[in-house]
Amino acid sequence: MAEGSNGFEPKIIGFLCNWCTASAADLAGTTRAQYPPNLHPIRVMCSGTVDPVYLIKSLLSGADAVMVGGCHPGDCHYVSGNYKARRRMAMLQNIFESLGLDANRIWTRWISASEGPEFAAAVREITEETKKQGPNPLSADWAL
Amino acid sequence: MTKSATLTVKDGKIRSSINALLKDLLDKQVVEAILVPLAHPAGNNVVQGLVTNPEYAEQADVFAPVMPVNTGRIIQAMTRLTPANKKTAVVMRPCELRALVELVKLRQAQLDNLYLIGIDCPGAYSVSDYVKFAAEKTSDDFLKAAWNGKEDPMLRAACQVCEYPVPLMTDLTVGLVGQDLGKGLVLLASTEKGKELLEGLGLTAEEDSQAATQRQTAVDQLLDKMKGIREKFFERTKEEIGGIDKLAAVFGPCIKCQNCRVACPVCYCRECFFISPTFELEAEKYLGAAEKKGAMRMPTDTLLFHLTRMTHMAASCIGCGACEEACPNDIPLLKIFQLTGTNVQKLFDYIPGRSLEDELPPTAFKEEELEWIGEK
Repeated sequence: MAEGSNGFEPKIIGFLCNWCTASAADLAGTTRAQYPPNLHPIRVMCSGTVDPVYLIKSLLSGADAVMVGGCHPGDCHYVSGNYKARRRMAMLQNIFESLGLDANRIWTRWISASEGPEFAAAVREITEETKKQGPNPLSADWAL
Repeated sequence: MTKSATLTVKDGKIRSSINALLKDLLDKQVVEAILVPLAHPAGNNVVQGLVTNPEYAEQADVFAPVMPVNTGRIIQAMTRLTPANKKTAVVMRPCELRALVELVKLRQAQLDNLYLIGIDCPGAYSVSDYVKFAAEKTSDDFLKAAWNGKEDPMLRAACQVCEYPVPLMTDLTVGLVGQDLGKGLVLLASTEKGKELLEGLGLTAEEDSQAATQRQTAVDQLLDKMKGIREKFFERTKEEIGGIDKLAAVFGPCIKCQNCRVACPVCYCRECFFISPTFELEAEKYLGAAEKKGAMRMPTDTLLFHLTRMTHMAASCIGCGACEEACPNDIPLLKIFQLTGTNVQKLFDYIPGRSLEDELPPTAFKEEELEWIGEK
């Protein structure tokens, strides 16, 4: 396992759609694609079920980044869940930006069930970027 | 096409002239009830009253500078289960009307049989400031002072930076802007219901009256002025609360009483997530969570509460300031929620309370939009 130069190993919470990104994660595993172990996956039935409160709670309770993984726009198993997730993610990032908080710790990736390598690449990218950003100050503050 | 009529102000007395009009609405059975701000008999507050007996219309005080509860909330309580079964006029401030429109879209209120009368709003004081004001002055004094263009530092923070001090969606508007208040106000009917009110009152309505044109010009200038004020306000706010340290300081005095949520007219959930069993935890969960950081603020989840509330209602925040008024510890909630709310509304090109046709951003989507989400 490659460690960051400062030894910081970010904790990333991923909310992965059952039909696409969670299956892609399985595929990445069965095909032995290499990616860092920093992502803690939580399988959800649809990216559209992820209320921003889960993401905010994660960021306030120890996560250094959060990710929502859904089907590609247009391919939602429930027709429009990911379109609604897209609006919510845009809203959450917008609110973080307005308040001067780290909006770039909030990630969205559209990864289909057949895209195992893309899933591995996304986890690599998010882990590397979060290492550069360092620990999340929101999760360290006891008084929030 | 908007039609307008003149309401003559007799002897320079605005309040009694309006009250005569309200009494007329009931006397002539144009409507059967009116929801309108009434002076509390004790003289220390003006509260919404649902009036059926015309005599009580004389106690109305529509322009008294106080808004104890956002009336959108009151109409929600009245019409959530069933719409009004009698013709009911409701007299509301612009932000109250906007809250009502949002609540209708959220299926929390119904407009059937309601006649929306919106007022051009010169703003309001906090209830405690109004008590002091009312001991010495009247709403007519307030209106005359408000209209000479002087800044009034006692106005609530929300009113000082109000984006729309004039009604956006209404049947009948009581227009003050651009009028000579000593002489007359202009009544503007923008819908069939509004015209029905004017006809029922026996007022002659005309198109493109001089008073209506005058008002429109003055309204455009007023909205422009407020836009400038708001731009500076947002710049200042970003400076004051931006970043984790300042934000933590802002919410330092929070006791998580959730008064802001209860007072917010568009925070409509009947069972809020934050009072759900999700937050009823065993002692070991608290102790376990505390162990992670070494110390944990109690009650827990203060910032989570405010940030989550923002994500849930930012798109519909109409900037009425009810949250800030309800806060026992003077947290400047209005500026925080207006900053985030306005930016979210810009993102979706949405103006809350403008029209029933505009879709609520969190419930709608376009196939082609927000392409940067998913790519970063």
